[in-house]
Amino acid sequence: MAEMSKVEIITRQSKLEELKQALNDIGITGMTVTNVLGYGTQKGQKNKYRGVEYSVDLLPKIKVEMVVCEIPVQEVIDTALKVLRTGHIGDGKIFVSPVSRVVKVRTGEEDLDALK
Amino acid sequence: MDLTNITTSAINAFWLFFGGTLVFFMQAGFAMVETGFTRAKNAGNIIMKNCVDFMIGSLIYWFIGVGLMHGTSFYGIIGIPFGDLFMNGSALNPDMNYTFLFFQTVFCATAATIVSGAMAERTKFSAYCIYSAMISLVIYPVAGHWVWGGGWLSELGFHDFAGSGIVHMVGGTLALVGAAILGPRIGKYNKDGSPNAIFGHNIVIGALGVLILWFGWFGFNPSSSGALIDPEAAADAQPYLVAAKVFITTNLSACAAACTAMFFTWFRYGKPDVSMTLNGILAGLVAVTAPCDVVSPLSSVIIGVVGGIIVVLGVELLDKKLHIDDPVGAVAVHCFNGAWGVLATGIFANDVGITGLIAGNVQFFLVQLLGMVSLMAWAAVTGVILFSLLKKFGSLRASVEEEMEGLDPTEHGLTSAYADFVTSNND
Repeated sequence: MAEMSKVEIITRQSKLEELKQALNDIGITGMTVTNVLGYGTQKGQKNKYRGVEYSVDLLPKIKVEMVVCEIPVQEVIDTALKVLRTGHIGDGKIFVSPVSRVVKVRTGEEDLDALK
Repeated sequence: MDLTNITTSAINAFWLFFGGTLVFFMQAGFAMVETGFTRAKNAGNIIMKNCVDFMIGSLIYWFIGVGLMHGTSFYGIIGIPFGDLFMNGSALNPDMNYTFLFFQTVFCATAATIVSGAMAERTKFSAYCIYSAMISLVIYPVAGHWVWGGGWLSELGFHDFAGSGIVHMVGGTLALVGAAILGPRIGKYNKDGSPNAIFGHNIVIGALGVLILWFGWFGFNPSSSGALIDPEAAADAQPYLVAAKVFITTNLSACAAACTAMFFTWFRYGKPDVSMTLNGILAGLVAVTAPCDVVSPLSSVIIGVVGGIIVVLGVELLDKKLHIDDPVGAVAVHCFNGAWGVLATGIFANDVGITGLIAGNVQFFLVQLLGMVSLMAWAAVTGVILFSLLKKFGSLRASVEEEMEGLDPTEHGLTSAYADFVTSNND
């Protein structure tokens, strides 16, 4: 059986629709999307409110999570890179990790069957 | 009374009811501005304060306030309320009818409601009920008597058409004294004295509030003409000329001040500041409130431009230099611009029987200066006594725990004004 992997993509909120469409096109059938706050090496930005300077450390991003088995992880990554890369700071990150077990609650099916 | 007189009198009564109703709606404006510019955990508390000052204020003003303000003058210092308790003595004074009481009540409530914004997020609710009552009971009526009740300032020829001084500067000075005695919110200042930005939780609702106030001001200023139709000017083509002009000067000053605040912050901070531009609108409205009937439209624009600068520098002065924490900018808007409005009357006035500094009348300017200083001193002294007493008895400021958790749950048992919405820890 093919190995199951979880792919987490953290990126700009504005890219969600385009990313979702591109992933649908390569056959991804389900995903979980969350609004998240975070920062990377750039450490946010400086702003002013009523004349008082403040720094925004945590910027709003979206996190898209999916578990893949038959579709190669590399294809997911390539698709995401193609859609998301602008070359500017804040494009985001992709994390890939192994998944040991998946259970579909409605039917009790497991692993690959549960993903379909 | 012939038909023409009855018609005139009915139109003029309606004019006051209509204007008074617009001024009443300013309570909604204040409530939205103050709620929007502060944090979500205190939203219910701010709403309560803005309702309470009108509820308690109306009752007290009817009971005795209007008597102290408009009763027979005792050496120009204070009105004698006996006989005018509960408006029962209204027959003694032909001006004291119900129309008049309604219009005066909503003005009193406006003076009282200014304070809550500056002292937001850290004041005990019980303390608020007490000092709000005291403002409507004595502080505002005495100041009002001096100018509008036939008191000593009106005898000198002091001019404050709709209350830059009496309503806004008195309310704003109380806000300044109150916020200073109360101390800043926890987390507003670092150990080295540098200020932190504490964000208002809903700029959208704050903006709605400002626009409601602007709308209400079209009652506040024009209806202060007292009568839409001047019976003595009946032969004139436009017997409602004063009111019409006041609409224009009021609006122009607001726009000029807002543009100035916008460009000034753009230049100073690099970007046009949203909440400061909103404060700029209010600054222009407050500043033009005293002179709106006696200055030209061009003068009202100049008054607004100066007001827009004053509000930005005023907020910075409090925040960065004096370290007085005023979350909504009430002091810069109402106190500083109220004072400016009173002085601007002395500078720019140019109308029948009333001329200011530019027209060469130094004496009138000095009367305005004297009026500004006396009204501010009255509000400051009574404010210091009132807030110091409350502080001495330990009943002014909420406890550290209450302030951290928010006044909604601790003072009112309200878990959140936004149940079903997730609020972040910072709110």
